[in-house]
Amino acid sequence: MDVLDLTRLQFAVVTIYHYLFVPVSICLSATAAGFHLAWLRTAREKYLHLTKFTGKLLIVTFAVGVVTGLVQEFQFGLGWSAFARFYGDVFGPTLAIEGMLAFFLEATFLALWYFGWDRLPRRLHAATIVVVAVGTLLSAYIILAANSFMQNPVAYELDPSTGRAVLTSFTELMTNEVVLAAFPHTMGGAAMAGGGLLMAIGIWRTVADPAFRTLARVGAWTMLIGGAVTAISGDHLGKVMTAVQPMKMAAAEALYETATAAPFSVFAIGELGHDRPFFSIEIPGLLSFLGTGSFGGTVQGIDDLQTAYTAQYGPGSYVPMIPVAFWTFRLMMGAGILAMAVAAYHLWSTWETTRRVPPLPAFLRPGQGTPRWLRRFVLLAPALPAAANTFGWIFTETARQPWLAFGISKVEDGVSPGLTSAEVIASLAGFTLIYGLLAIAWYRLIVHLSRQPLTPVASEQEEPEPVPAY
Amino acid sequence: MITFWFAVLVLTWVLYFVLEGFDFGVGVLSPVLGREEHERGAIIRTVGPFWDGNEVWLVAAVGVTFAAFPAWYAALMSALYLPMVAILLLLAVRGVALEFRGKHDSPSWRRRCDLLLAASSGGIVLLWGAVLGVLVDGLALGSDGEVTGTGLSRSLGPLLSPAAGLGALAALLAAVLLGATFLALRTTGPVRRRARDVARHTGTAGAVTLLLIGIGTGNRLALAAAAVVFIAGLQARRSREGTAFTAVALAVAGAVAAVFTAHGSVVLRSTLDPAWSLTRASAAAGPEALRLITIAGVLILPGVLVYQAWSYWVFRRRVASERVAS
Repeated sequence: MDVLDLTRLQFAVVTIYHYLFVPVSICLSATAAGFHLAWLRTAREKYLHLTKFTGKLLIVTFAVGVVTGLVQEFQFGLGWSAFARFYGDVFGPTLAIEGMLAFFLEATFLALWYFGWDRLPRRLHAATIVVVAVGTLLSAYIILAANSFMQNPVAYELDPSTGRAVLTSFTELMTNEVVLAAFPHTMGGAAMAGGGLLMAIGIWRTVADPAFRTLARVGAWTMLIGGAVTAISGDHLGKVMTAVQPMKMAAAEALYETATAAPFSVFAIGELGHDRPFFSIEIPGLLSFLGTGSFGGTVQGIDDLQTAYTAQYGPGSYVPMIPVAFWTFRLMMGAGILAMAVAAYHLWSTWETTRRVPPLPAFLRPGQGTPRWLRRFVLLAPALPAAANTFGWIFTETARQPWLAFGISKVEDGVSPGLTSAEVIASLAGFTLIYGLLAIAWYRLIVHLSRQPLTPVASEQEEPEPVPAY
Repeated sequence: MITFWFAVLVLTWVLYFVLEGFDFGVGVLSPVLGREEHERGAIIRTVGPFWDGNEVWLVAAVGVTFAAFPAWYAALMSALYLPMVAILLLLAVRGVALEFRGKHDSPSWRRRCDLLLAASSGGIVLLWGAVLGVLVDGLALGSDGEVTGTGLSRSLGPLLSPAAGLGALAALLAAVLLGATFLALRTTGPVRRRARDVARHTGTAGAVTLLLIGIGTGNRLALAAAAVVFIAGLQARRSREGTAFTAVALAVAGAVAAVFTAHGSVVLRSTLDPAWSLTRASAAAGPEALRLITIAGVLILPGVLVYQAWSYWVFRRRVASERVAS
């Protein structure tokens, strides 16, 4: 692999890894805030315990998100200095504002909340975790706006004297139609990821400690609602994408020729090549509907787009890697739908109804309790949404190729000029090693924290560390 | 406008190095001053509520550099590729060691976290010091604003210079001094006593180093800082811990500001040809970007300073190392 491929690989590795923890933090901060407010309103001990329990998971996950997020901010300069120079005007302010506005809020108020239980008035203390939750949402929005610029560049003009992109309107940058569509989609995915973790821990622990039943159900509801948001907004995002990046959606279906009432393949066998038609199970008209909102709509094919782009941008290939786009798109949707099904089934099976239900087969009757297979494969709950999020990002980023920012600059123009393979191999090895160790430590700690009783024994000290004497 | 943003940039870097400087110092000193497990716990507890907020100043500083001076950001990061990656990896290890330590009560887990915290804090301080040293010296910038040369020697070479070595040494001393005066201010009992002793000894050593840097570079700020640090060491001895910490913080702030303003309007000196140096004007972002971050900065940063100061106020009490029986 050459420097470009290695640098791309490194960017993918550190970004995908970072994004395993971020959605969980976003969701857990909102869930912790929810439990905390519920406790304040109802004064039920249960909610206090759930707040503290979720808070510990949040701190541990947030820490990994923070330290890996720091890398992201440096990456544009490290491996992509040409990109940083060219887009500094657009990207720099966005990152700076995210840091000043959202990151400070999150870091400072999370510490105030976590350490402030006996230092702050009750209501003020509850407000701190709400601020954290809002901060994570702000962070996510601003970063998605920066990414949306690369999907659909707006609010810039090219300065002919320096050859750099110059920002013309921040408002326009923040209201890019792509970010408006991508934000709910991404947040729905975040709810599924965090909800999945809570549900898994809840199910795993309910056997030993029935107090965890609520956690499992809250997690499952979060997943289900998040899933619904993801699906609805995903449909909208698909239409926006078809309008701004038709090549991406054509690649998602491996649709070579422009078609009206284009079908959507649920599954395909064979090479997704141009010449050899592949066998697939198709739903007629669905791709047209996803892309245009009408089952009879026209969807542009890869060949026509390639011709059009060659005429517009000059010779070269404008076709992304079709199999990657095709399969990541399906894996994203499949994993997401499966995750929703698992959550829904768990809710149904633990639904305690007093009403008579019609005679149903045992596995369809409500209130049967968590099924055995789900208890055994409990890791499905967090793993499926994590997989869906990851495939979604791989699809979004690779199906934009060869563009770095769509229509303005290509990936090979962004890499740092003096960088060598040796340097990238060295740093990639470092990231792989340290990130691997972080993952092991995070997993061990989550398992350890999950093993602790939800209702602390009265004599046990809450914080194992020494408390201040005053 | 460009001058204003240069000032903001220096301010964010100064705040970063002062604030995170003391928690780096606490990290380095934790195994030295904390002889017992519960003492180390108390030492780490002194920075528990603050370190993350401090580290965000790095996010702000890098963000401001990228936003206001993209060419500088691009040149610096890609030139010092491997040192920067090393700093990031060590920061990752350190942040996780700090956050994970108290979440598990097995002694081996805590020992490992303590070790990682001390080692990574020390490593980061040395690397940042070296980077600051290199900033003073300048880099082999070509006409395109990128550092010339290829391979590992390109990114590691600058760190082998005497300026980098001196910077690393000064940074370590500064962090230890900041950490020691901070711990003297924030703890009780034997930890406080030991912290005071460390502050006194490093105060003298730090003053001598700064004096050397001041004489070597002819920088008056460094000379002033040397005097301040020396006084701080004395103040720590006399239990004037607040004064001592303030004095050291001021000295570090002065030293960092000196590094950034060492070459006037040149922000990154080219060692090959002065014409290829990056100046404030040539590295600055476009007017709309500057206008935008000005609005954002004026609206947001005062609020940040207020709520961060409030969080320091909330957690102002000393942390006792004696375990309180439940």
